[in-house]
Amino acid sequence: MALLSLKNISVAYGKNVVLKNLNLDVEKGELVSLLGPSGCGKTTTLRLIGGFVEAKNGRFVFNGKDYTKIPVHKRNFGFVFQNYALFPHLTVFDNVAFGLKQRNIPKNEIKKRVMEILETVGLKDYADRSPRELSGGQKQRVALARALVIQPDLLLLDEPLSNLDAKLRVKMRLEIRKIQQEYNITAIYVTHDQEECFSISDRVAVMNNGVIEQLDTPQKIYNLPRTEFVANFVGFENFIELELEAKERGGGGFYKLKNGQRFKVTHFNGREYERYVKGAIRPEEIDILNEGGGKETNTLKGIIGISTFLGKHYQYVVETEVGRLLVNGSAHKRYEKGERVTLYFPEDKIVLV
Amino acid sequence: MFALLVYLFLIIPLIIITGAAFGTDEYLRFPPQGFSLKWLANIFEVEMFVRTFKISLEIAVLGTVLALLVGIPAAYGLSRYDFVGKNFLQGFFLSPVLVPGIVFGFSLLNFLIIKYEMPVYTSLLIGHTVIIMPYIIRVISSSLENFDYSIEEAAISLGASKVKTFFVIVLPNITSGVIAAFILAFINSFNNVPVSIFLTGPGISTLPIQMMSYVEYYFDPTIAALSVVLMVMTIILMFIIEKTLGLSYFAK
Ligand SMILES: Nc1ncnc2c1ncn2[C@@H]1O[C@H](COP(=O)(O)OP(=O)(O)OP(=O)(O)O)[C@@H](O)[C@H]1O
Ligand SMILES: [Mg+2]
Repeated sequence: MALLSLKNISVAYGKNVVLKNLNLDVEKGELVSLLGPSGCGKTTTLRLIGGFVEAKNGRFVFNGKDYTKIPVHKRNFGFVFQNYALFPHLTVFDNVAFGLKQRNIPKNEIKKRVMEILETVGLKDYADRSPRELSGGQKQRVALARALVIQPDLLLLDEPLSNLDAKLRVKMRLEIRKIQQEYNITAIYVTHDQEECFSISDRVAVMNNGVIEQLDTPQKIYNLPRTEFVANFVGFENFIELELEAKERGGGGFYKLKNGQRFKVTHFNGREYERYVKGAIRPEEIDILNEGGGKETNTLKGIIGISTFLGKHYQYVVETEVGRLLVNGSAHKRYEKGERVTLYFPEDKIVLV
Repeated sequence: MFALLVYLFLIIPLIIITGAAFGTDEYLRFPPQGFSLKWLANIFEVEMFVRTFKISLEIAVLGTVLALLVGIPAAYGLSRYDFVGKNFLQGFFLSPVLVPGIVFGFSLLNFLIIKYEMPVYTSLLIGHTVIIMPYIIRVISSSLENFDYSIEEAAISLGASKVKTFFVIVLPNITSGVIAAFILAFINSFNNVPVSIFLTGPGISTLPIQMMSYVEYYFDPTIAALSVVLMVMTIILMFIIEKTLGLSYFAK
């Protein structure tokens, strides 16, 4: 049984329903990320689990017990905030010791545990400093240490790295992941940075508009998105309407496009029983050929529109009979506006949604 | 230039008073003739001054403490939570500064002393507590504006109860605001005339009221000396505020 389950949770601020019948199961020792665009309800979900937000409907079960109504300070969850939220009037040591003091742990044991965790996050020489005298990265380490030292049953992190510069973000996320695995802590991690999310998580929950659209491993989310929203979110810019014509014996099938063209698709992605689907494909997976090149199937004729230089490649807007598509081409050869080309869609790169 | 004139207009009476307080004449005179501390000493000869000074001090301290006890939680509630009627409540707490002191004092007289027959001292205390409440709430509210409530949430998530968090996390971070509120309220209470004048009675009066009745009968520089003492007191308190959080605090 899952360590944590949200069962049909709904949350509303006044009339504004923010979470809609949300379900989520997290196993012990897992790091699950909540990923999604701004305003989709990630923070709200995290705050609900933490106990800062009340559910209108539904239940939150943790470790077999109903936690829905348990007050925040009895939950024993560690919380790491985006803005660190260190106590400005206390030293680093007292910040970290705060949670232990609430638990009436003897002084010498507090000292031992605080120094241990400060060592883990690399701040053992900073114990007597005030938070004001720390850099952003150091503050975040203190915040992490403060949440970890209470040996929380669950660690909740809300965009913990978003105030740090890019290099430090990469370093810190590796550290967080290492500590999380070392201590075998179950963690929920909110972010809207995809790379960060994929690199740190066991599983990712992609949220949209108050619901979880897909909960899967990072690889599955990235390669085999299940919905149009998720596909779009992870970089599938092109969606082509398809109608199933025939299934192949070895798996996969043939689809007809709006203009009568045929596409072969290798994987059904669970859509084998649906007649009308969309084929999603990333701009970098489409090949640009000279006009008339390629085979009969899996190609479309197009005219080059606006192009943008993106460093590694050019990105073109290509007008085709089934609509505008975004296609990346090599940085070595630039197609001119108005040039006629043929686009080739590899059959194993098309994901059905 | 104009500003300079305004300042002169404000400063000159203070200089005159100060000069007169240390003169040797029997009446207020400027420039003073000679130098003496006898008027300063005379303050302590007038028994009513000493008595009312004590009462004023008591009322100011007690009233300020009472107003803090009510005002801090009120300011906290107003800044922390959103609820129906919040604006109304905000207006309600600030209303004593909007209503003229005379009107307010008179209604307290009618209400507390005449209708409910409360003792004069109690009424005076209540009157002062109410009149200084707006200052407390304003100053505390403005220091809570800079308070980051995620700090409070962090403390609660670490196992502290809401009440405990308030005392060990919120309060220590707004101490400068509390000190400022205390001093400002204290000065206001100590100097108050319009409300006190209705709430004094036989044997119970405040220093400013006593000073007013003194000048009705005597015109010697004792009052000037007393004014200087009060001025110095106020300056010291303001100095403390300036040191703790800067006078600009009240400019907001
Ligand atoms: N205290 C609140 N009162 C009213 N509405 C709120 C409150 N907090 C959040 N909301 C609304 O709830 C929705 C979800 O907010 P939430 O903070 O969970 O988003 P998020 O996914 O964390 O976004 P971001 O990536 O910007 O942090 C938003 O539409 C937001 O406007
Ligand atoms: Mg958020």
